[in-house]
Amino acid sequence: MGLAALCAAGWLSLGVGVAGVGVADLLSPTDEQLRILTTSRIPRLIAIVLAGASLSIAGLIMQRITQNRFVSPSTSGTTEAAVLGVLIATLVFGSTSLTWKMLIAIGFAIGGTMLFLQMLSRIRHRDGLVVALVGLMYGGVIAAATTFVAYQRDLLQFLEIWTAGSFSGVIENRYEALFIVAPVALLGYLFADRFTVVGLGADFATNLGVNYQRVLYSGLVIVSMISAVVVVVIGAIPFLGLIVPNIVTLWMGDNLRRVLPVTALAGAGFVLACDVAGRLIRYPYEISASTLAGIIGGVVFIGLIMRAADRAGAR
Amino acid sequence: MIELSGVTKTYDGQAVLTEVDVTIPRGRLTALVGPNGAGKSTLFGIASRLIVADAGHVTVDDLDIARARNEEVARRLAVLRQDNTLAARLSVADLVRFGRFPHSKGRLTADDHRIVAAAIAELELEPFRDRFLDQLSGGQRQRAFIAMVLAQDTDYVLLDEPLNNLDLRHSVQMMRRLRSLVDDHAKTIALVLHDVNFASAHADHIVALRDGIVVAQGPPEQIITPEVLSEVYEVDVSVLDHDGQRVAVYFR
Repeated sequence: MGLAALCAAGWLSLGVGVAGVGVADLLSPTDEQLRILTTSRIPRLIAIVLAGASLSIAGLIMQRITQNRFVSPSTSGTTEAAVLGVLIATLVFGSTSLTWKMLIAIGFAIGGTMLFLQMLSRIRHRDGLVVALVGLMYGGVIAAATTFVAYQRDLLQFLEIWTAGSFSGVIENRYEALFIVAPVALLGYLFADRFTVVGLGADFATNLGVNYQRVLYSGLVIVSMISAVVVVVIGAIPFLGLIVPNIVTLWMGDNLRRVLPVTALAGAGFVLACDVAGRLIRYPYEISASTLAGIIGGVVFIGLIMRAADRAGAR
Repeated sequence: MIELSGVTKTYDGQAVLTEVDVTIPRGRLTALVGPNGAGKSTLFGIASRLIVADAGHVTVDDLDIARARNEEVARRLAVLRQDNTLAARLSVADLVRFGRFPHSKGRLTADDHRIVAAAIAELELEPFRDRFLDQLSGGQRQRAFIAMVLAQDTDYVLLDEPLNNLDLRHSVQMMRRLRSLVDDHAKTIALVLHDVNFASAHADHIVALRDGIVVAQGPPEQIITPEVLSEVYEVDVSVLDHDGQRVAVYFR
């Protein structure tokens, strides 16, 4: 059912845009319309599905292996570190080298996330509120440092490309690097049981013959790769990796093998909805998907935090 | 047989275990008793490789636990520690299924499903099998964890205070169940027990620990005596004979 809804929304998204291709034209496009579809509309749809699904999977894996629902790529410095990485790669290698941007962004994302987890292991009160606050502040510090460097080097316009994800720039031959996230996310699915076991804690994992440290770090590398690749190709999509897994697991529980496909579907659907809405609200102008995701995500995030605070208070 | 020899563990300069030699005999039910802070949980942690000892070594049959592959140990020995709070929302059935992980790596066979169903039935968890753990009472949750460990179907089972959160009926049932696993299924079980009378009534072998030192180990007749118990717990204990059961009395 969810898959059918996603297909319908995907179909709809192909028919939304300024150039003259409407939903009605999709079944029998003219040559010109077909060209618009293959160079712009279809790549855009693929990019949305890949980014939405993989970032949600990354968030799901992250909250499970850290045993904390408020740890996600956009609330623990992973995304911000990746942006800093792209900026530095751009300074060192120029703006054309995609490979270097990817590699350095991934490296920074891994480093930034590990540093956050180190900080987390030193905090005594590891409840949701404190972790969320520390994570947001930490991300804020990295973002501030990034802005400072970008300002000094006159690269502020570039920065916006990476921090505010948008699918409007996605055209054929300019987004294919995003395909990297597909095998990485699939790897996440293959490891799903191990991540669930690690999410039970070090003692349970060891008892069940799972190497806790190794699985934890493998998970962090998967999460960091997905986040960094999306930042480089599309730009950051705030709160996506936090709210989608939270809502899905609230409803379905934390057995990753079961919830991961649903999370992927829901994430793709959410980003698709944001993107289509963004194209319609101010037609013919666009509001970027990340802006809408940020507004909706922010509200849901506050709701989740209030809920956590409520429960903590009740205890 | 699990053998710990010369096991020493120190936390922040405080010795928790000092040169401990303990034998957990094969095919028996062994109870570990002693006052709070005696080092019982640490001893269990070391025996099950969850805690690394500062000195000494542990063998499970021919397996040196420090050198053996983690997965191999997991198929031979299962352990449940105290205070299991999970941040994960799993259903009872899912949790118990994870007990099969060392054998099936997540791809459960018909055999695995049969073992899981048996463990759930054994602990009377069928009415709750699809409930999330956070929707259960403390005692039900404790039984779910034990079902997981039983589903692991290892020769050796180590349970740290399995009677935690269980009422009288469930405590007695649990001890009878464990007893039958030893008698009918040739398992080796070791427990940390808070209540010496449960140890007296059900164990074949008792290890008494105090201040990180083994005070005594042997069959219940040798351990459940006023002399040994008074020394272990530092309180006056009398032992009554009730139809052949040795009952320690220490309430006043």
